[in-house]
Amino acid sequence: MSQEHDALHTRTLCELRQGLADGEFSATELTEALLARIAGAGEVLNAFITMTGEQALATAADADKAIANGDMKPLTGLPLVHKDLFCTRDVLTTCGSHILDAFVSPYDAAVVERLGAAGAVMLGKTNMDEFAMGSSTETSYFGAVKNPWDLSLSPGGSSGGSAAAVAARLVPAATGTDTGGSIRQPAALTGTTGIKPTYGRVSRYGMVAFASSLDQAGVITRSAEDAALLLGVMAGFDPRDSTSSEEPVPDYLAALSRPLKGLRIGIVREHFDEGLDADNEDLVRAAIAVLEQQGATTVEVSLPNLDLSVPTYYVVAPAECSSNMSRFDGVRFGHRADNPVDLMDLYCRTRSEGFGTEVKRRIMTGTYVLSAGYYDAYYLQAQKVRQLISQDFKAAFEQVDVIAGPTTPTPAFALGDKMDDPITMYLNDIYTIGANLAGLPGISVPCGLVGGLPVGLQLVGPHFAEETLLACAHQYQQLTDWHRIVPGDFA
Amino acid sequence: MNTAWEVVIGLEIHAQLATSSKIFSGASTAYGSDPNTQACLVDLGYPGVLPVLNAEVVRMACKFGLAVNATIPSRSVFARKNYFYPDLPKGYQISQYELPIVVGGELLITGDDGQEKRIRITRAHLEEDAGKSIHEGLGEYSGIDLNRAGTPLLEIVSEPDLGSAKEAVAYMRKIHSIVRYLEICDGNMQEGSFRCDANVSVRPRGQTELGTRAELKNLNSFRFIEKAINYEIERQIELLEDGGEVRQETRLYDSDRNETRPMRSKEEANDYRYFPDPDLLPVELDAAFIASVRDTLPELPDAKRQRFLADYGIKQDDAIILTASRQLADYFEAAATASSAPVQTVAHWVIGDLSAALNRDGIDITGCALSALQLAGLLDRIDDNTISGKIAKEVFEAMWSGEGSADDVIEARGLQQITDSSAIDSIVDAVIAANPGQVAEFRAGKDKLIGFFVGQVMKETGGKANPRQVNDALKRKLAAP
Repeated sequence: MSQEHDALHTRTLCELRQGLADGEFSATELTEALLARIAGAGEVLNAFITMTGEQALATAADADKAIANGDMKPLTGLPLVHKDLFCTRDVLTTCGSHILDAFVSPYDAAVVERLGAAGAVMLGKTNMDEFAMGSSTETSYFGAVKNPWDLSLSPGGSSGGSAAAVAARLVPAATGTDTGGSIRQPAALTGTTGIKPTYGRVSRYGMVAFASSLDQAGVITRSAEDAALLLGVMAGFDPRDSTSSEEPVPDYLAALSRPLKGLRIGIVREHFDEGLDADNEDLVRAAIAVLEQQGATTVEVSLPNLDLSVPTYYVVAPAECSSNMSRFDGVRFGHRADNPVDLMDLYCRTRSEGFGTEVKRRIMTGTYVLSAGYYDAYYLQAQKVRQLISQDFKAAFEQVDVIAGPTTPTPAFALGDKMDDPITMYLNDIYTIGANLAGLPGISVPCGLVGGLPVGLQLVGPHFAEETLLACAHQYQQLTDWHRIVPGDFA
Repeated sequence: MNTAWEVVIGLEIHAQLATSSKIFSGASTAYGSDPNTQACLVDLGYPGVLPVLNAEVVRMACKFGLAVNATIPSRSVFARKNYFYPDLPKGYQISQYELPIVVGGELLITGDDGQEKRIRITRAHLEEDAGKSIHEGLGEYSGIDLNRAGTPLLEIVSEPDLGSAKEAVAYMRKIHSIVRYLEICDGNMQEGSFRCDANVSVRPRGQTELGTRAELKNLNSFRFIEKAINYEIERQIELLEDGGEVRQETRLYDSDRNETRPMRSKEEANDYRYFPDPDLLPVELDAAFIASVRDTLPELPDAKRQRFLADYGIKQDDAIILTASRQLADYFEAAATASSAPVQTVAHWVIGDLSAALNRDGIDITGCALSALQLAGLLDRIDDNTISGKIAKEVFEAMWSGEGSADDVIEARGLQQITDSSAIDSIVDAVIAANPGQVAEFRAGKDKLIGFFVGQVMKETGGKANPRQVNDALKRKLAAP
């Protein structure tokens, strides 16, 4: 590799696209450079479950031909990685679980298909909390992912592998999924940009379900501009997903420069109650001030049921999870216990061996809340509260265009710190869960460092307000450099 | 039947909807293919796949609802019924629970007292069928065939309004007839396209509280339904009269032994943990859609029967038989319209010889090679005295074997009736001359011998002489000494 190419890993997707178009470097060179970096500097993070180098080089070679023929699609030759719960044809899709550790999907997820069709080069599959159940990427069967900012810390989760890989400049972008904050929280804790679109904006087809009414695919990138580029490709109606929206997909890149003058930003009173780290609060308020300088105004709003979002989530999500996990029974695919004596033994041992502690805990919780005699008190009650939380947001969005606040209460926590205390772990998602319960889009952008560790500003908008979120995030990033700071060990 | 006891029966009928693809996937629903060749990734419950509702299924369910005067709610919801079984790929069955697509409804059957009886329908809901476990020929293993997984079913639940096995069968036949009229189910009971579970209980006559019920599973022929229910009624009455108690349980009917046996033990009682399926949107139907479905409803069995009675004046019993199947009714109407023969004659032939031939050859009316127009042609020849009713049976059989039209067969076989009175007179004369003893007896008052003389004339003519003319000639000639 020549001298001028050795910084390829520091560039954003949009910068790389320009470089490819200008013939500054080839897709093959780019792919080789990143694969080498992942195998070298990246190894320590445990961010990947599967690498697809050979396939990536073949795709890159095709990309180079296409570029030579002047046939560039939106993502031609651009490298990215997928969270390992997006099904990928002929490649392992493990969901971070022993029960699927040898599972090769016979088909591509819609997200994989769309990004691939737009020319993207998949380098591999990222590590994650088992079936996306976790907030620290420690529940993975393949071991915890480390935070590039401090290897003793968690990168957050469940899309921790994706976030760590992007933060450490191993890849410019990664897909993720967000059921209760699984894109935004790790993005905040690793200093990356993470967007969870409106529920239904991106097809869930081929995305292994955790909690179907909350799951949404999105991306983790190093800039809002890159997120806009990818979202434009991923979004859109898919007849294979009944919950995907027919709402037309706008030009997200064009929306980035939309003026912020007159934009009403909601400051949620309850966000700044107890629990929020004081330094974190200062940084979030400073970030909002930057948006105000661009002509936005702030309005205090209330989400009175915010404190109910975590308990509500931990009824709804496990309920759906308990049912979604039932197909992993050892009958048709995935792990199967050896020498079962009968059917019950096959089921019990396959699932006991195949699932980890957190998944089992949620299956048990979910089974309980759906059981006869408990359904009304838990599941039905949670659905009612979910409605209340949605109404709170709706009321707030009658006053404001976007809500701004912290993504997480604190910066990254130590690996192992919360593993014995699921409730504390669950509370880490207090600010993110509401958007999932209400199906709203949210984005987290880096807004500073607390004790040398990144924290995030979260913006949440009404349904299908991704353009507003991306415009705010992009213009904030034009005025700040927090998203450009590289973790020391990976500079 | 023991009159001290009152029988209470409710049926859950599973009608497989006649779509070409499955309820939530594009895989084919054709019957009888090699195992697992008609199961796509959605049917297999692969990680990441999602169900997409087949619009045709909704239309068919609405058709049924409208045909039984039910309500079609503007919103219905699919729910997951969770339980583990190897032939249930996802570990849950997508069904409808609290908000089904069809609510209420009713139909009329002929009750045990011979009067019309109104049977209320509680609801009908859509669901997917499971696959099939195969235990034979695989040693200590079990096989799973998922071809049937995801086949659309309409489960039709009746109120416990049925008072005997006979009424249960009458109700089941009525539903069978309706779904076939609507062309939403092929009604094939052998292939399991139309089957039912029966909830049976008994109580002392006059008691208002219902007795404990047993659920009889998977009854797949009208005959077995009747036998299974009757067995179960007797079993329960005997049990109660001996001071025992009926257990609420699921029982399987064994047709070889004609008995019911408990199927599941109590400790395996399932809590299905129903909840709305988040992968599917609620089904929302507006009045315009329902009206568009209503416009496609055909004339239904009851209306057709009334019309047959009014327009054709045929017997009530014949009208019931003819209208049980839409195709048989259409056949009858086509023949009746084309033929100059009396309509009752047409009805007799369709119900009699034609149906017998179909049964004998195991053919459904839809596969009948002898057209209604051909049958009408045959009946016309009876009506215009070209052949007798008896000869017509021979002609019918020849037509059935493909020997052509009635006229072709009559011509080729020389079966034309002898109506020339001089010819008939001369044969009658010959018969009288050849049987002087019988003639004497007849003239002495033994009138019954007229049959003997008719038989002799018919024997001489190979059955072709016009019976009425033969009768007239014999009476005339035997009377004059």
